[in-house]
Amino acid sequence: MVSLTINGTVHQVDAEPDTPLLWVIREQVGLTGTKYGCGVAQCGACTVHVDGVATRSCSLPVSAVTPEQKIVTIEGLSPDTSHPLQKAWLELDVPQCGYCQTGQIMAAAALLQANPSPSDEDIVAEMTNICRCGTYNRIKAAIKLAASENRG
Amino acid sequence: MTAALDVSRRSFLVGSAAAAGGLALGFNVPLTGDALAQTTPEINAWVMVRPDETVVVRIGRVEMGQGTLTGLSQLVAEELECDWSKVTTEYPTPGQNVARSRVWGNFQTAGSRGVRDSHDYMRKGGAAARQMLIQAAANGWGVPASECTVAKGVITHSSSGRTITYGKVAEAASKLEAPKDVQLKDPKDWTIAGKPLKRLDTAEKLNGSQIYSIDVKRPGMLNAAIKACPVFGGKLKSFDAAQVQGMPGVKKVVAVGDNAVAVVADTWWRAKTALDALPIEWDGGPNAALSSESIDQMLKEGLKAEQAFVGNQAGDVKAAIAGAAKKVEAEYGFPYQHHATMEPMNATALWTNERCEVWTATQNAEAALATAVTASGLPIEKCDVYRQNLGGGFGRRATSHDYVRQAVLIAKEMPGTPVKLIWSREEDMLHGHYHPITQAKMVGALDADGNLTGLHMRISGQSILAGVNPQGLQNGRDPATFQGLNPTGTEGVLGYTIPNLLVDHAMRNPPIPPGFWRGVNNNQNALYLECFMDELAHAASKDPLEFRRKLLVNHPKHLAVLNAVAEKGGWGTPAPQGVYRGLAQHMGYGSYVAACAEVSVGDNGVLKIHRIVAATDCGHAVNPQQIAAQIEGSFAYGLTALLYGEITLKGGKVEQENFDSYQMMRMDEMPEVESIVMPSGDFWGGVGEPTIFVAAPAVLNAIFAATGKRIRSGPLTKADLRRA
Repeated sequence: MVSLTINGTVHQVDAEPDTPLLWVIREQVGLTGTKYGCGVAQCGACTVHVDGVATRSCSLPVSAVTPEQKIVTIEGLSPDTSHPLQKAWLELDVPQCGYCQTGQIMAAAALLQANPSPSDEDIVAEMTNICRCGTYNRIKAAIKLAASENRG
Repeated sequence: MTAALDVSRRSFLVGSAAAAGGLALGFNVPLTGDALAQTTPEINAWVMVRPDETVVVRIGRVEMGQGTLTGLSQLVAEELECDWSKVTTEYPTPGQNVARSRVWGNFQTAGSRGVRDSHDYMRKGGAAARQMLIQAAANGWGVPASECTVAKGVITHSSSGRTITYGKVAEAASKLEAPKDVQLKDPKDWTIAGKPLKRLDTAEKLNGSQIYSIDVKRPGMLNAAIKACPVFGGKLKSFDAAQVQGMPGVKKVVAVGDNAVAVVADTWWRAKTALDALPIEWDGGPNAALSSESIDQMLKEGLKAEQAFVGNQAGDVKAAIAGAAKKVEAEYGFPYQHHATMEPMNATALWTNERCEVWTATQNAEAALATAVTASGLPIEKCDVYRQNLGGGFGRRATSHDYVRQAVLIAKEMPGTPVKLIWSREEDMLHGHYHPITQAKMVGALDADGNLTGLHMRISGQSILAGVNPQGLQNGRDPATFQGLNPTGTEGVLGYTIPNLLVDHAMRNPPIPPGFWRGVNNNQNALYLECFMDELAHAASKDPLEFRRKLLVNHPKHLAVLNAVAEKGGWGTPAPQGVYRGLAQHMGYGSYVAACAEVSVGDNGVLKIHRIVAATDCGHAVNPQQIAAQIEGSFAYGLTALLYGEITLKGGKVEQENFDSYQMMRMDEMPEVESIVMPSGDFWGGVGEPTIFVAAPAVLNAIFAATGKRIRSGPLTKADLRRA
């Protein structure tokens, strides 16, 4: 059994130690907002926070996470979809198919946590997740909108 | 993509022989599982109003990010005169569609035809429902319906001032006979359609609550991972199940058809882990020596072949070329592309000898149903498909439902247990239905004044139709090969008037499964023609815009979008230091599109695409801000193909297996995209695809302006862009 703290709840899960955190979150814990896209840390659809750091969970074995580390998934980002990024995404109608967007939002949330006023260069340097629908420009605009609203 | 429409219709009927009789007999499909809520009576097939005033719009087409749920609902709501904030949507199942004589029309969602092929019957559905709701209110009050008006779902009897809401009269309205004729609004009077409204389906995409096909959970469900023979046309020779049967969670190892093997386990990760450990032997079969080089030779031969199918012809092109003051020649190519939807192929199936149910992401649920019928061995009335949200479609989920067939075959091995089959990204890359490969030989004739007197465009390469539906060929000819190059029609007409013209196609079909890929054959046709027009303009010492304008005089809509991007893009005015511009125009899926690209190329050959100005005339613009989103996205998809996209083959197998070897454009390479949505109002064109056509040629023409280098085939990762 593996013990994990996800969105503030401790979960005891039955998983082999080399199972990627992504699949434990999706299958054993049952939170499917975190997506499988590539399995090789290329696309970022599986992005979650581990102690506040944006992490591609498809390539992190569950044995590398301690029970004390705080894992946050998209379901735990805010209780009522009220994170400034979620509000900005809604305001600018960012998603198309939406499959990559939970990972995009988690990557952006870690970015704003570390850098509340990112420049365009900061944003494109950090936001390397793939979106096949091509929503990149609206994502960038939504991050800037959220950052500006954070500043009041 | 009329051809694709026929494909789905035909394969649906072919794939389900029982359907033909069923359509006529109108048999009842039992409504189980995720069937529509039947507690509220429907006004008609399209509209249901619940007592709480929620308006449910039923949608035959499927949402895959293009905004069709919102756009089609706007059209219904416009005629219905309901409260937009109360609108929600629902998918009927293909089984229900068949049982009700296809009342919801064609489910095929491809060819940018969601709105342009559905607007008429859906608007009429909204208008008929409005009339019935008003009639029901009028009956209740004992007054003529003509004395009643409606706004935002509230019906008012003008003289008495009495009001009642749609939700209160919905049940009575559902019992009325549908009106025979309905009057549709003039689009100039629209208040819901034509407006840049927010999408209906955004909120659930922001918190993980939107369920995609890959997220489906069924009671007692198991998971399957699969490997099919990596060589196209190869077979499964043997596998040693005993080696993995004791691994954690493993339930069963099963052969799937004659070319694949799957492991079923409690979780997908355990299934995949066991599959990776499973000893498998493949028989590569007849294509085991196929390579990109051998395919290239096949196509090169086609460029010179005597015989070719004619797509467009005028005058005497041979004589024009022979008598030209200046002859210009160039060869172009367009490599295989993969769809690479973010959500890999997957489907969940439950099979018993009484019933087969499938939960999956599909662009054509009727074709998915036909596949399930064939694979299950059950009659169509015992099968159904429940449509789930798609993590991208782009054509991959439109024709081939190989993943549905596999899921049902696996589920048949586990009667009564739902099984979710998920392809790994690697499996998805190796078993695509790829954008076909073609090349083109372009020969142009210029007279002494630099006028274009003749053009021969020889296309050599793969036909999609020959791969997905050979019955659709016309005496061997694939009409879809000539998308955007046709002499007449409403789908994709060549805008240039050239006195001596020949566009022909030497069909060469490598044994690689082709598929419809966003933009389809317009992608290469626009690249070949628009880059070559640029070459001709330079050879004639003319400005590329002026050169095109002169040839477009007979096609004012083509000309108008080109002029719009030239004006907004600043053509003819100085660009910022080091920045160069390129133009392209094309018509496809009923819409006219053009782009002006701005690029710079550093001394080290590094390309930066700064800005795209893109215009579309789609006739009617149902949601301008969603059209802008489609335009932006089409450039990401089209420029990803230009920058990186190339599927290569070695030993009959695709060499690219994941995003590390098949790269995608990311945010740092995405240009600014300025959209010009300029609907001219007398036709209905598509918007999901068209602007992709001009993405690559506009950028390639700008690269020439910047470097003097003609790049005539992608991907640009292979090109040296340093100035000569």
